[in-house]
Amino acid sequence: MTSAAPRPFLAVSNIEVIYDHVILVLRGVSLAVAEGGIVALLGANGAGKSTTLKAISGLLRTERGEVTKGSIELHGKAIHRQDPSAVVKHGVVQVMEGRHVFEHLTVEENLLTGAYTRRNGQATRNDLDLVYHYFPRLTERRGYKAGYVSGGEQQMVAIGRALMARPTLMLLDEPSMGLAPKLVAEIYEIVARLNREEGVAVLLAEQNATMALQVAQHGYVMENGRIVLDGDAKTISQNEDIKEFYLGLTGVGQRKSYRDVKHYRRRKRWLS
Amino acid sequence: MSDDLGFFFLLISNGLLIGLMYSLIALGFVLVYKATDAINFAQGEFVMIAGFVAAGSLMVWGAPLWLAVLVAIASLVLFGFVLERLMLRKLIGRPVIAVVMATIGLASILRGVGPFTIFSGSKPLPLPIRDEPFVLGPLFIPPIQVLGAGVSLAFLAGFGWFFLKSRKGIAMRAVADNQQVAMAMGIDVERYFGVAWAMTGIVSALGGILWGNLLGVDVNLALVGFKVFPVVILGGLDSIPGAILGGLIVGIVENIAAGYIDPYVGGGTKDFAPYVLMILALMVRPYGMFGKRIIERV
Ligand SMILES: Nc1ncnc2c1ncn2[C@@H]1O[C@H](COP(=O)(O)OP(=O)(O)OP(=O)(O)O)[C@@H](O)[C@H]1O
Ligand SMILES: [Mg+2]
Repeated sequence: MTSAAPRPFLAVSNIEVIYDHVILVLRGVSLAVAEGGIVALLGANGAGKSTTLKAISGLLRTERGEVTKGSIELHGKAIHRQDPSAVVKHGVVQVMEGRHVFEHLTVEENLLTGAYTRRNGQATRNDLDLVYHYFPRLTERRGYKAGYVSGGEQQMVAIGRALMARPTLMLLDEPSMGLAPKLVAEIYEIVARLNREEGVAVLLAEQNATMALQVAQHGYVMENGRIVLDGDAKTISQNEDIKEFYLGLTGVGQRKSYRDVKHYRRRKRWLS
Repeated sequence: MSDDLGFFFLLISNGLLIGLMYSLIALGFVLVYKATDAINFAQGEFVMIAGFVAAGSLMVWGAPLWLAVLVAIASLVLFGFVLERLMLRKLIGRPVIAVVMATIGLASILRGVGPFTIFSGSKPLPLPIRDEPFVLGPLFIPPIQVLGAGVSLAFLAGFGWFFLKSRKGIAMRAVADNQQVAMAMGIDVERYFGVAWAMTGIVSALGGILWGNLLGVDVNLALVGFKVFPVVILGGLDSIPGAILGGLIVGIVENIAAGYIDPYVGGGTKDFAPYVLMILALMVRPYGMFGKRIIERV
């Protein structure tokens, strides 16, 4: 390696996203992910985090959404007009919000679907071992129907399944959602290891800013379909506004907004 | 062995063999439901069309049997693909009732159009097997039923393996489970819908040839499709082992009904006895004996 700064291999430039031809949700979002980096995308409910990830993975179209302006480039090649299957083949996999597993498939079958685009039997078996190595809990559950394992285990299935595609970039949408703090820490620990040991870059959408900023090098804050703040993770976690609204570390005077944040989290837990 | 017991075994053996032939047709229904969640009310008409194509190739065109079989399979596969493309794909994501109505409509059209495109009147569909039954003690076993049961078992096992073990089969189940997530994994969802209908085409083609030989080929051949509903309700709409078991149950029940009840009421119980059982089953186990439950978590 000779280059000093890692080059951004994912570059989202000024994208606008419209759902159903009329609902404008993203109003000019730009962000970049460096090779092997972890980038946090923070924001409250409805800020547009999931929409941004779906725009990258191509899943937007399954929800009648469309990138109407701007571009999304991977290694300099535009991908925002490609279908999800092509994007996966380019090494970009999304782990959707809400721990979506194939409920009627076993844990192991779920993992196998992640390797769908690769076709190499031997490599697939090795990667299964790799996933079980990172998620030892899943080893005991391999024959269980995924719909019946615990929420934390389902999140592990979802991440492990994405890993089976051997991605260079994982789009992780709120892995902490609805999970107990201990489990959240466990999952974040594994994500950090995957990044370190397997070189998987991660774009992490989160409301749980504290957690996300601990593993990320860089962060973006979204509000109302726009990026309102960006910087390295340390700077952001020290930013007063961020502390107030996303980290829940406000003084007595700001109790109201703090409660709002808490209320959001609680509601999300029920909805999930 | 007493005559009574012999008669009982005769009914049972007949029921088992015929039942497996029902399973084959039910498999066509299950394949589509498993992969696309569509309920195909035209399954019997698929079988009928296959019968027309096979009998037409043999009797009108004079093709050898192997060619007629190939032509029937190829036509039904193509038919399944085209149908999915032109009609069913448009209905993806719509309420279930849309697909149900569309396939009911399709069934009527096929019944109306099918016969006069090829020929009218009932045609035989001869297969090079002997007519006289094998006699084993009290049992009379028609060779066509043995052939039918064998073909059914082979295909049920083959498709069972496909869904359980193969990469494409697992992908297909993933598509059935959650289309959006399947897409996120890079699975080309729409292609699998076509594949499912094409697979139904294969099964229907074989069903059409076997049942066509047994019943003769005319519009009434589509009526075997009615037996599919009790079979899949008893076994589970999306279960291959369920299709086998459901077929066996329906086969046995209708034979028992025909053997023991018909003599007193003058016939006809054979046709509705499986439905009585179906309704009872719906009241007790709405997902069938092997069908997947909706998983609910609290
Ligand atoms: N399929 C859709 N059709 C129309 N509007 C949508 C659709 N999906 C999302 N939206 C709208 O887009 C906005 C952004 O939603 P998005 O899911 O991207 O937010 P988010 O930041 O991920 O929020 P959360 O933290 O709740 O997951 C919201 O106002 C939402 O109502
Ligand atoms: Mg979201």
